[in-house]
Amino acid sequence: MSTRDSEQSANRVLLDPTSERAPALRARLPRPQSISGLTVGLLDISKPRGDLFLDRIEQHLVARGATVKRFRKPTFTKPAPIDLRRQIAASCQLVIEALAD
Amino acid sequence: MTEAPARRQFIAFVKRECPTCTLVAPVLAELASHLDLTVISQDDPTFPPNLPVTDDTNLDLSWQHRIETVPTVLRLRDGVEEQRVIGWHREEWTQLTGVRDLGAGLPDWRPGCGSRTVDPALAPGLRVRFERSRLHARRVELAALEDEVEAAFARGWTDGLPVVPPTEGRVLDMLEGTRRDASEVVAVVPPDLVECTVEKVAINAVMAGCKPEYLPVVLAAVEAACTDEFNIHGLLATTMPAGPVLIVNGPIRREIGMNSGINVFGQGKRANVTIGRALQLVIRNVGGGRPGEVDRATFGNPGKIAFCFAEDEEGSPWPPLAVDLGAQPGTNTVTLFPGEAPRSIVDQLSRDPESLARSFAVNLRTLHHPKLAMAFDCILAIGPEHARVFGAAGWSKAQLTNRLHELLQIPGEELVRGAGGIAEGLPEHFRDVVVPKFHPGGLLIVHCGGGAGLFSAMIGGWVNGPMGSQPVMKEITS
Repeated sequence: MSTRDSEQSANRVLLDPTSERAPALRARLPRPQSISGLTVGLLDISKPRGDLFLDRIEQHLVARGATVKRFRKPTFTKPAPIDLRRQIAASCQLVIEALAD
Repeated sequence: MTEAPARRQFIAFVKRECPTCTLVAPVLAELASHLDLTVISQDDPTFPPNLPVTDDTNLDLSWQHRIETVPTVLRLRDGVEEQRVIGWHREEWTQLTGVRDLGAGLPDWRPGCGSRTVDPALAPGLRVRFERSRLHARRVELAALEDEVEAAFARGWTDGLPVVPPTEGRVLDMLEGTRRDASEVVAVVPPDLVECTVEKVAINAVMAGCKPEYLPVVLAAVEAACTDEFNIHGLLATTMPAGPVLIVNGPIRREIGMNSGINVFGQGKRANVTIGRALQLVIRNVGGGRPGEVDRATFGNPGKIAFCFAEDEEGSPWPPLAVDLGAQPGTNTVTLFPGEAPRSIVDQLSRDPESLARSFAVNLRTLHHPKLAMAFDCILAIGPEHARVFGAAGWSKAQLTNRLHELLQIPGEELVRGAGGIAEGLPEHFRDVVVPKFHPGGLLIVHCGGGAGLFSAMIGGWVNGPMGSQPVMKEITS
């Protein structure tokens, strides 16, 4: 290959600027048929009055037979600490995290 | 000259096209009779005639030895280069080879010609051929009919403007702008918390339109953005209209051609716009921070494409911002501030510092809301014609800052919820106290802008402190 050919073919290849987290490589778990008997984590992101909303959600989930565990991020402005994420993953089958404003 | 000549090897790089190489061809023949000499020809293996010549028309050897000029003669000891001479210079060749009376009848000195490895038509392809293994990013091959610019849009890599396609050649050129290793991790970028290498920053800098000499500024900005103090995650996710604002101090401003003067916050200067844009593209592409996803801004602002400028240090009556923040004078730094769009402060009549400080104060009072205080920082960008008023009166920057803080002590009864018939405001328990608009250190002063116009500007911040974002300065290293 001459240097000129090499240059031209290189122009048809771009370098991926992203994190290369290929979309949908990691398939989601199937949705459960029922939440009865499952443990659901509720993550409070520490926005004001988010707890009122989550209290109500908890009542609905418990009425449907789920066990609820509550978690709280130190601040809504930063990602959940890695230990908290592990704790949720280890102790729950389902998690509900929502942004409120 | 203690070693025996027999233990040494010599390599000469030449090309037929070069008149100096033709001139020294007899000298090479003479040296070949005394020394272990390999002659390498870049363009014609029959040149020089009557000598065994190694064919380097594919330029592998020339690239490997980083030859920039022909003729170049290397002296190797045990296979390791210990010296080289460039062009024809009788004295240097004699010193290199230990052979006297070289090139009788030739002039003492002739410059060489450019090596084919630096031929502008060949160099980019050569760099890709020889150095592509330094690059670890996933290769995205384009379909035959796919337009490169449209391909970047289609893959979601752009901020809404076209990007420069990040080819291997362009990214390798960009990496020449830093001494840091391409695979070194610069920062962990929110919101996806991805380890971002120098290479990924370089790819996004290419896309933003940066030149290689801007890369160190972009790298420092990415590092600063991803600190816990600056908290780019929260700044990205907030509904408020703020984004990272980059302020560059130090000699690098001039070296890379940054604008600190006319239209300082506006369009038109490549370094300003592309450095700011490169940071935003890193956040978007590497961190995964995209509007409508983690970026929840109600309005955003046009500066979220790019908001980067330099301070006018030379024209300022005061030390620059970086020195206020603790840098040694003359250090190259980039300071990140979580800022909204700039807002003009017009005062064309004040000629004494007290009057102008009062003008600033009444404008600063309105930041985000005249009844909100302490929660937000602000950059006060003072234009040259305003700065001259303080400079002529002998006011230091600290004096101005202190006066502004004095003028911005606000009775709580004006600020509490319901006061003035406005529900927005501070909680009732502030009613009987005096509340400062800014916390100490919350007002950052920079000097910039064009030389004509009695104007200054304010750039309001997002929520300050550990819950929000604090200005972060980083030294720019090569």
